[in-house]
Amino acid sequence: MNWLGIVPFAIFALLFLLLPTLNIVLGAFRTQQGGFTLDNITNLAQPRIATAFWVSIKLSFASAAIGCLIGFILATAVALGGLPRWIRQSTLTFSGVASNFAGVPLSFAFIATLGRVGILTIVLRDVFGINLYGLGFNLLSFWGLVLVYLYFQIPLMILIITPALDGLRREWREAAAILGATGFQYWRRVALPILWPSTLGTMALLFANSFGAIATAVALTGSQLSIVPIVLFNQIRGDVLQDPQLGYAIAFGMIVVTAVTNLIYIVMRVRSERWLK
Amino acid sequence: MRTARFWPYAAFLCGLAYFIIPLIGMFEFSLRKRRGVYSLDAYTSVLTDPQFQQTFLYSLFMALVAIFIGVLLVVPTAYWVRLRLPKLRPVVEFVTLLPLVIPPVVLAFGYIRLFNTSSVVPFLGSEFGTNILLSCGYVVLALPYMYRAVDTGLRAIDILTLTEAAQGLGASWAAIIFRVILPNVRVAVASGAFLTFAIVIGEYVISALLDRPAFGPYLVWIGSNKAYEPSALAVMTFAITWGCMALIQVITQFSKHTRTPL
Repeated sequence: MNWLGIVPFAIFALLFLLLPTLNIVLGAFRTQQGGFTLDNITNLAQPRIATAFWVSIKLSFASAAIGCLIGFILATAVALGGLPRWIRQSTLTFSGVASNFAGVPLSFAFIATLGRVGILTIVLRDVFGINLYGLGFNLLSFWGLVLVYLYFQIPLMILIITPALDGLRREWREAAAILGATGFQYWRRVALPILWPSTLGTMALLFANSFGAIATAVALTGSQLSIVPIVLFNQIRGDVLQDPQLGYAIAFGMIVVTAVTNLIYIVMRVRSERWLK
Repeated sequence: MRTARFWPYAAFLCGLAYFIIPLIGMFEFSLRKRRGVYSLDAYTSVLTDPQFQQTFLYSLFMALVAIFIGVLLVVPTAYWVRLRLPKLRPVVEFVTLLPLVIPPVVLAFGYIRLFNTSSVVPFLGSEFGTNILLSCGYVVLALPYMYRAVDTGLRAIDILTLTEAAQGLGASWAAIIFRVILPNVRVAVASGAFLTFAIVIGEYVISALLDRPAFGPYLVWIGSNKAYEPSALAVMTFAITWGCMALIQVITQFSKHTRTPL
């Protein structure tokens, strides 16, 4: 009778997590009458949707890759750079806050800073004579969105990679030094290969993180930007009745993309944990 | 050694600038409502807005319900899996991590399709049902964090001994879970609860698609209709997020003496 103890959880998970997802996956392969079809999936190839997927993937990739790189540099500086201990502690605490400070308020902060009348835009223009918008910068663009997303991507990277950096043993560095390795060689041949799986894995997580993000983009661009979550959001809200099956297919496509990236994360994580034991 | 520390400091300061400037920006902007001088007008305007009060209280209430359901669901499950069903652990863990794979917008879509008025469980048929559905959606969003926090908390205590001791004294299962196990993992539960709160309070997609008057949709609405109020709201939301994380830190630090050193 041991299994009885898990029944409430099983019912909850079925009802609010598994069945809704299953419903979408099945719906993606169904006609409106209920027969099997692949038309919904092939309909994803229409330019409006394919472009949205492509923009989303590029956006998530750019923000994940840059977030990983900068997060890695910052984590290394803070964890191994010989900075005072309180800097390390407060960086980690702040990262915990910033990685949760996403969504609508985050976009407000950036509009107030780098929008057309934002403080940084004005200070740069009046004090330094640099007209950001004259130079072609626009917060409500692809790279503007990347810049905003980095605000929660970098801290997440710092939070995940710092324990991995702490796992680098001093003995490895000393052993490398005794064998005559320079600092660069140590990083190139010892440290980075060990950190590589967790870095790549975290990047997959960051990718999925921004792929599903919607509130930031909605508040920033007013649901005009064609990224997949917004397209799906509009589809559900508005014209879902014209082709309800297309909504299923878009949702299914999103699940596939995030599932693949998370699979990469899990595999990489298992590989990297060998070294941290 | 002194020159060797130049680059770490440079990197740290650049990072600091990137993270601090938007905070300064939103704070400064939130004070600009009155022409020419800094004032708290935007804050007064927001705080006296009845819609702010309603939506904030609504989301606050939803967060509390979600925390309640989440704790009630996760603590017994994590306990039971560790005690009696260790073989199921990978499965349960996989399920609790699924919300990281399924984007919230997809989840909301599934809810709308599955629980519409013509379905077997028509949650969306009534306002009360929709509220229940929304709070359960929030439990799902917070599940990865809540489960992880509680499971880590359980690892630190000897649940087998505690269970046998309680049983020896004649405690029922409910008494064991809520009077023996729960108090022992209260720090983990509290950090899970604050994280749930931080997630729920600004949540946008699910509440917008289920058409509920939550704080997130209100934020978006005010963002496209007002100039200075959004920044004031962002400052307040940041303060709330900061408060939640600080509380997690404080209670974890505070309870360090009960933990085994690493």
